[in-house]
Amino acid sequence: MVDFGGARMIEVGTVLPERVFEIDRELLVAYANASEDQNPIHQNEEFALSVGLPNVIAHGMLTMALVGKYVTDWAGGSASVKEFGARFVKPVIVPANQKVDLTVSATVVEINGNLISLTITATSAGVKVLGMTKMVVIK
Amino acid sequence: MLNPDSVGRTFKGAETITVSQSQIDSFASVLGETQTDIAPPTFSIRITLNQMQKILSDSDVNLDWSRLVHGDQRFEINRPIKAGDSFTCSSTIESYRVAAGNEIVTVRGDLFSGNELVVSTWSTLVVRA
Repeated sequence: MVDFGGARMIEVGTVLPERVFEIDRELLVAYANASEDQNPIHQNEEFALSVGLPNVIAHGMLTMALVGKYVTDWAGGSASVKEFGARFVKPVIVPANQKVDLTVSATVVEINGNLISLTITATSAGVKVLGMTKMVVIK
Repeated sequence: MLNPDSVGRTFKGAETITVSQSQIDSFASVLGETQTDIAPPTFSIRITLNQMQKILSDSDVNLDWSRLVHGDQRFEINRPIKAGDSFTCSSTIESYRVAAGNEIVTVRGDLFSGNELVVSTWSTLVVRA
């Protein structure tokens, strides 16, 4: 168990409050520009359908980046992350003119000194989109 | 199909990539992140994936980037990235297999600032059959 000035206790099994991010086509374009990943499956519905996808899908790395934001807000900033891994099991599907959810939660699974390991769940429209999602942070 | 002789090889990127504040600002902005003195933890992907694409699409390696999806991703971060950092990226093809006609390749990307290893990334990339 780690005591942070008596304000709150973190122990194995501590569950972080769930958070919902909203994803829309506009965010996909912004992420494409910021990441220089201009793959048309993330912006062009006609193209996405032509390659067998159900619709435009979010960049897996956008999903992962938002999970990173969720955990770093809790852990105390971007410098806290030492390890971060995830498997992209299902796409986040982003129809035109809609906001879809990315719902994230995390559980503390190990504490080793000031290193905290978390497992994370991420769903969109009730479907698990990331698997084996783990993060090690310094807090 | 990927050239099997490339598995296990490390390819050193020829370019030096310098991170600008505006790149960090725009990446952070997408996430609603207001901390911009350092980059968000997954920022390095914009460097490593571009470098991997250059190496893996090369005729000597011959991965079909146009049919590629991202299978999984992992980062080990030794220190945060900040504006002004200059990196070289070396990419190592760590594993390769074919399953149900899909090519599955895991590539490690190491970002070096001089001799300092700042971030290591592992990207599993799947070329769909």
